[in-house]
Amino acid sequence: MTEQMLRELVADVRDGRLARRDFIARMVAMGVGVPLASAMLADAAVAQEAVEAPYKPTKRGGGGPLRLLLWQGPTSLNPHFATGTKDQEGSRPFYESLARYDADGAIVPVLAAEIPSRANGGIAADGLSTTWKLRKNVSWHDGQPFTADDVVFNWQYATDPAAGAFSTGFYANVKSVEKIDAATVRFNFIKPTPIWDRACSIWMIPKHVFSAYMGAKSREAPANLKPVGTGPYKFVSFTPGDLVRGEANMNYYLPNRPFFDTIELKGGGDATSAARAVLQTGEFDYAWNVQVEDSVLKAMEAGGKGRMVFKPSGNPESIFLNAADPWTEVDGERANVKSRHFAFSDPAVRKAFGLLVDRKSIQDFVYGRAAAATANALNNPAQYNSKAIVAEFNVDKANALLDAAGWKRGADGVRAKDGKRLKLVFQTSINSVRQKVQSIVKQACAKAGIELELKTVQASVFFSSDQTNPDTYGKFFADIEMYLNTRAGTDPDRFMQQWVSWEICQKSNGWQWQNKTRWSSPEYDKAFRAAELELDPVKRAALFIQMNDMACNAGHVVPVAVRAQVTALSKSIVAPLTGWDLDLSGLHDWYRA
Amino acid sequence: MGVFVLRRLALAVPSLLGISIVLFTVLALAPGDPFAELATNSNVPPEVRVHLRASLGLDDPVALRYLHWLAAMLRGDWGFSFISRIDVTTLIWQRVPVTLALIGSSQLLALAIALPVGTLSAVRPYSWFDRIASTIALAGFSLPTFFTGILLILVFSIKLDWLPFVYRADVEATGWAAAVEHVRQAIMPVVVLGLFQGAGWTRYVRSAVLDVVRLDHVTTARSKGLAERVVITRHVLRNALIPVVTLVALQMPTVFGGAIVTEQIFRIPGIGSLLIDAILRNDTPVIMGVTFVFSVLVILFNLVADLLYGLLDPRIAYR
Repeated sequence: MTEQMLRELVADVRDGRLARRDFIARMVAMGVGVPLASAMLADAAVAQEAVEAPYKPTKRGGGGPLRLLLWQGPTSLNPHFATGTKDQEGSRPFYESLARYDADGAIVPVLAAEIPSRANGGIAADGLSTTWKLRKNVSWHDGQPFTADDVVFNWQYATDPAAGAFSTGFYANVKSVEKIDAATVRFNFIKPTPIWDRACSIWMIPKHVFSAYMGAKSREAPANLKPVGTGPYKFVSFTPGDLVRGEANMNYYLPNRPFFDTIELKGGGDATSAARAVLQTGEFDYAWNVQVEDSVLKAMEAGGKGRMVFKPSGNPESIFLNAADPWTEVDGERANVKSRHFAFSDPAVRKAFGLLVDRKSIQDFVYGRAAAATANALNNPAQYNSKAIVAEFNVDKANALLDAAGWKRGADGVRAKDGKRLKLVFQTSINSVRQKVQSIVKQACAKAGIELELKTVQASVFFSSDQTNPDTYGKFFADIEMYLNTRAGTDPDRFMQQWVSWEICQKSNGWQWQNKTRWSSPEYDKAFRAAELELDPVKRAALFIQMNDMACNAGHVVPVAVRAQVTALSKSIVAPLTGWDLDLSGLHDWYRA
Repeated sequence: MGVFVLRRLALAVPSLLGISIVLFTVLALAPGDPFAELATNSNVPPEVRVHLRASLGLDDPVALRYLHWLAAMLRGDWGFSFISRIDVTTLIWQRVPVTLALIGSSQLLALAIALPVGTLSAVRPYSWFDRIASTIALAGFSLPTFFTGILLILVFSIKLDWLPFVYRADVEATGWAAAVEHVRQAIMPVVVLGLFQGAGWTRYVRSAVLDVVRLDHVTTARSKGLAERVVITRHVLRNALIPVVTLVALQMPTVFGGAIVTEQIFRIPGIGSLLIDAILRNDTPVIMGVTFVFSVLVILFNLVADLLYGLLDPRIAYR
């Protein structure tokens, strides 16, 4: 997709020929995250129409209790240490960010008065800073006003190396955060950036409560367990891993909000019984991240007490093919970047493998409503289609390709060339859905004379940063692996780093970097460097789409499906959920009809 | 006897040290780390994970990490959770009341069933009562708690809608309403655990009573014309209960440890669920803390069981 086509698309959205929602979905499918897609529209001055259902309650409180069930309970209420989604959700009733993403992927202000744009002067022409205007009538739960000092403090707090806060990642490109006046802050960047969206991921904690607990003392802050925020609910009690309770903040800055008198987040148990508590017994109003087989969910929904909500999240589940040789040591390490994979160095094998992923079966028999096979996402009208990436399932074609490339079937039906048999190890984390996908792929591969050995690794091992373990996805000591990247709510720069040559996982960097497949190309590197400096969002998006095409066409990544955010809600709850942000990011707008 | 207790306590120190070394080494050698969830979040650069690992000392040699832990432990500092950054002692204490209340009452229920049923079965062996009780007991301890738990949920929560199946340690009501709510939500887990435990103990009590009921002193008591009730309570039960008391004493650490499976099914915030969460997330300090408490309790209650033996049966002497 060229820059020109993108501009036409943006114009279509502006003139109402294309729904904003569809535009965002298409961009995400092509590897452009929501922030950038949203920025493209903002830059073209496309008005953000209110798509979320209007908020109906006419007074604050009086809504009774709101009961939320997270099958993994929050363990920490300090958002700077909230390493898991469940912890981030857990602190969300109390803490708020500058902005959030709504259901259509538009950035909407929360603690900010408006979203910085070039039009309002918030985004500097040189891309070296963004200026945020803050809401003026916001106060912390203890009555102190929320000001620019708090925003500056959050940057200092997170980036203090002694604190060990995970949120330091959000400030990666930030040189400094500067107070202009009480209600204005400026983020200064090290490198020019066309949009700085990570404000959506950073929850503001109060300076006057936490300033005595910076750095190494961060663990001692009493407020880690008793949050004082700006959010719609005030803290009542917290038992880590079990229960978080809150009550309505009657001084909330938005009119008629919040609706509920109390809020309760209960943790523990498993996803299936969480769905049951919402859909069948109605003990709870909401269940988080219900990764349960769709047929089971449908049976529960039949009871009529609740409903399932599937929000596209743009997070792709993909299969990766190793470019390096994982079985031979070169310079003292396996999968050394200098080595070449015996089979996947042959483009015919990569292409054949791509043809052997039966997305339709995976969709029908594994995911159901919980994901869209990416083939659909890429099959946009021809005009928008990201050129030659065809997600096709065709065993005959795969066989023909392999025959032509000289991979001959042996007596046992497994192909071989130059004495090397096409016997490959396919690894992923332990998860019943992933194991089903593995076996569907294995069956198809067997028909094409490729023997797959399936390997499963405990998720806490597979995704760990443990350098001594050979089974991590970073080491990739296997031929094929599969995992999901969360990318939608982020700028594509991080996500796209997974193909640049300087990010290749190796022993020297502890296998911690982004490029796990060890594939790289000079053109890709060049496009990435160009995108880093590009300030026009449309041009930038075009570059990222081009990069996505290069990576997909090279065949070292085979997208399988785009997972949805799966939530169970009771019938009476009106909750504007979004797949681009936390479930509870729009909590102030929840009510019971 | 005092010397005996002192000697046993002194012996406990090297055992505890040994246990802690084994535990720590196994945990340190186990693969994985607490930051798996950060891995696929493209908002978090890998340097952040590397830094987090280093800041928690995960890259130090195992021996050094153990010595750090031991030194802190001797000062009474149990460390803090890698995940929530909360002190391990706080986490454990938060879970103690629920665990004791729930598992304790299920053990009481188990005893309340096992003692009368077991004794009656033994007094009239192979009667109809004994046969029915034995069959039910056999079924009771053959069915695992994850099965009976889900069965009860399906019947009483989903079909009949009588009882809640999500346990709330912190109910909203106050006064009597709260008490009623606590009882309602505790019924299913207590019954599941109590029946399972009770079934096993019933068999145990029955065989213990059977052993005693045939002894000569019981025949003597009967021939003296004592009432059957007196014979059973004074002469049979007192002797038969010696092994049962030992068994119950040895079970006490389990009471404290909770019941991992049942806690998971009913979402009870007990120590068992704390341990399982910590294990799943490689939260070493919490695993160490909880398992260490278990080892102390096991050693302690072994000693208690030995002492009780002597109290109940003066023929046993301590040297």
